[in-house]
Amino acid sequence: MDFGLSGEQEMLVETTRAFVEKELYPFEAEVERTRAVRPELVRQVIDRALEAGLYAANMPEGLGGGGLDTVSMCLVDRELGRAAYALHYLVARPSNILQACTGAQRERYLFPAIRGEKIDCLAMTEPDAGSDVRSMKCTARQDGTDWVIDGEKHFISHADLADFVILFAATGEEETPRGRKKRITTFLVDKGTPGFEVLPGYVSVSHRGYHNCRLRFENCRLPAEQVLGEPHKGFEVANDWLGATRLQVAATCLGRSHRALELATDWAAQRRQFGQQIGKFQGVSFKLADMKLLLQQAELLTLWAAWRHDQRMMRDEDAAMAKLAASEALGRIADEALQIFGGMGLMEDLPLERIWRDARVERIWEGTSEIQRHIISRAMLRPLGA
Amino acid sequence: MKVLVPVKRVVDYNVKIRVKADRSGVDIANVKMSMNPFDEIACEQAIRLKEAGVATEIIAVSAGEPKAQETLRTALAMGADRAILIESTDELQPLAVAKLLAAIVKKEDPQLVLMGKQAIDDDSNQTGQMLAALLGWPQATFVSRLTVADGQAEAGREVDEGIQTIAVKLPAVLTVDLRLNEPRYASLPNIMKAKKKPLDVVKPADLGVDVAPRLQYVQVEEPSARKAGVKVGSVQELVQKLKTEAGVL
Repeated sequence: MDFGLSGEQEMLVETTRAFVEKELYPFEAEVERTRAVRPELVRQVIDRALEAGLYAANMPEGLGGGGLDTVSMCLVDRELGRAAYALHYLVARPSNILQACTGAQRERYLFPAIRGEKIDCLAMTEPDAGSDVRSMKCTARQDGTDWVIDGEKHFISHADLADFVILFAATGEEETPRGRKKRITTFLVDKGTPGFEVLPGYVSVSHRGYHNCRLRFENCRLPAEQVLGEPHKGFEVANDWLGATRLQVAATCLGRSHRALELATDWAAQRRQFGQQIGKFQGVSFKLADMKLLLQQAELLTLWAAWRHDQRMMRDEDAAMAKLAASEALGRIADEALQIFGGMGLMEDLPLERIWRDARVERIWEGTSEIQRHIISRAMLRPLGA
Repeated sequence: MKVLVPVKRVVDYNVKIRVKADRSGVDIANVKMSMNPFDEIACEQAIRLKEAGVATEIIAVSAGEPKAQETLRTALAMGADRAILIESTDELQPLAVAKLLAAIVKKEDPQLVLMGKQAIDDDSNQTGQMLAALLGWPQATFVSRLTVADGQAEAGREVDEGIQTIAVKLPAVLTVDLRLNEPRYASLPNIMKAKKKPLDVVKPADLGVDVAPRLQYVQVEEPSARKAGVKVGSVQELVQKLKTEAGVL
């Protein structure tokens, strides 16, 4: 077994850390305060990320991306994850699913997304279709060679900024070994398409400045060339390309956990009460030890799953275990770090209260902790017929 | 114009170092190592000279253990064209390093050696000066402003009184100070390119240099803890103390 990083990976971590400290940290307070990222700042971060080669680092080199493998990508996301998410995600990794683009779609969507000229967003979730994605009600019906979309999506991240949407809509039903299920088709929908509207979403406790939106489709007509992949094969397209997004969440959680733990450790070594550093009290030092342990476990699981992904060996449950461990670890570490700081931890002067608030969503999106447990246990029980 | 940039692998500046229990040195087992920050500034300056069309080739060189290759790869990822490792696991003191660099200079014939004013590990601040002397070249130390043109370098040196500007004829050795520039971070494409750039390894013996230490470390100690200050009641008392106790007035 080899747990070492290559020289390139070490340098990549250094570069990403330097980028985060220089290009993202200085704007965190502003984003938290205004709950928005100024358009000029959006452009600035994207441009700097393009210069550093960190933009679209997930995409193959042949397409103009960074060509990073999954382990390296996780290391990048871990470092970026230290910063506020509204800034972090601007160092974008366009959805891997865009690699399913064919013909003219490549020039219209894939390449502009890699070059930072167009921003994509992914629309799957609906008010009545969260974990149960297949129950979606947003439909696309065929009319001649066109498709007509009707329905609503919500919780669609950064749709306000996106130039186009990767939309999943129901296109009929099919018999499966586990009963009748909806067929799903993936579409590319440009902002400004008649019948398509982006509405403000909810105000979230997590990720200030990173907006979720509602999408409304009313008699929205799309020509056949807007279908991504094959009609009715939306889930196949998603399964082929979206596998590693759970690892992206896991890696982000690791970065934030590292930052919280570093803050807490420094504080425990500095802060004096009752005549000594508080880190000398077992009540604090054992907390630090447990936080470190959780983080190390989650990091090993995440990099292990990423390594399996690179070897084309990753199973659903591998990514699920990494995402579950890392998001739960972050929740615990953020909470305990805040406890070590006491009252000061709750104040906006430190990044801790943000990390603590932001941590909450990580146990929910990209599959809740319960869904991850379902995936893990299903892999254990299904072969036994249970 | 060829530029030679010597870089040293040192304990990262963020690491809180500890003296070994036997006081024989600093404990560097399992601590993070990086390029000496002043050398990073020198490397950045060389790259800027190349971008400005003044320099044509940047050669990074390091003397030390095999792992110093990592430091050279960092220089290559920043933008150096090729690298030379003078591999040695012996203790290399400033005079030995200066002799090794002089041998490389004779081989490579650069017009300019741009290096850090000192390394943050031993803080010797000697290698650049010794190298210039061995080569019989002019030198400018503590450079915080620099223009290079027409076979001459105009260097602003940080001295106690301010900035002293001197002109030196090339070839020359310049040692750089903190405020010369802010080094870039290596971009992802350059990191990937770095592994394909040439990195030659030579031994001190190949260069005919005797690296035997001339100095002996007797003991390494932690700096003594800073003593608590004194509060004075008035300006008068302050001036009095500065005169009588501190002896600075």
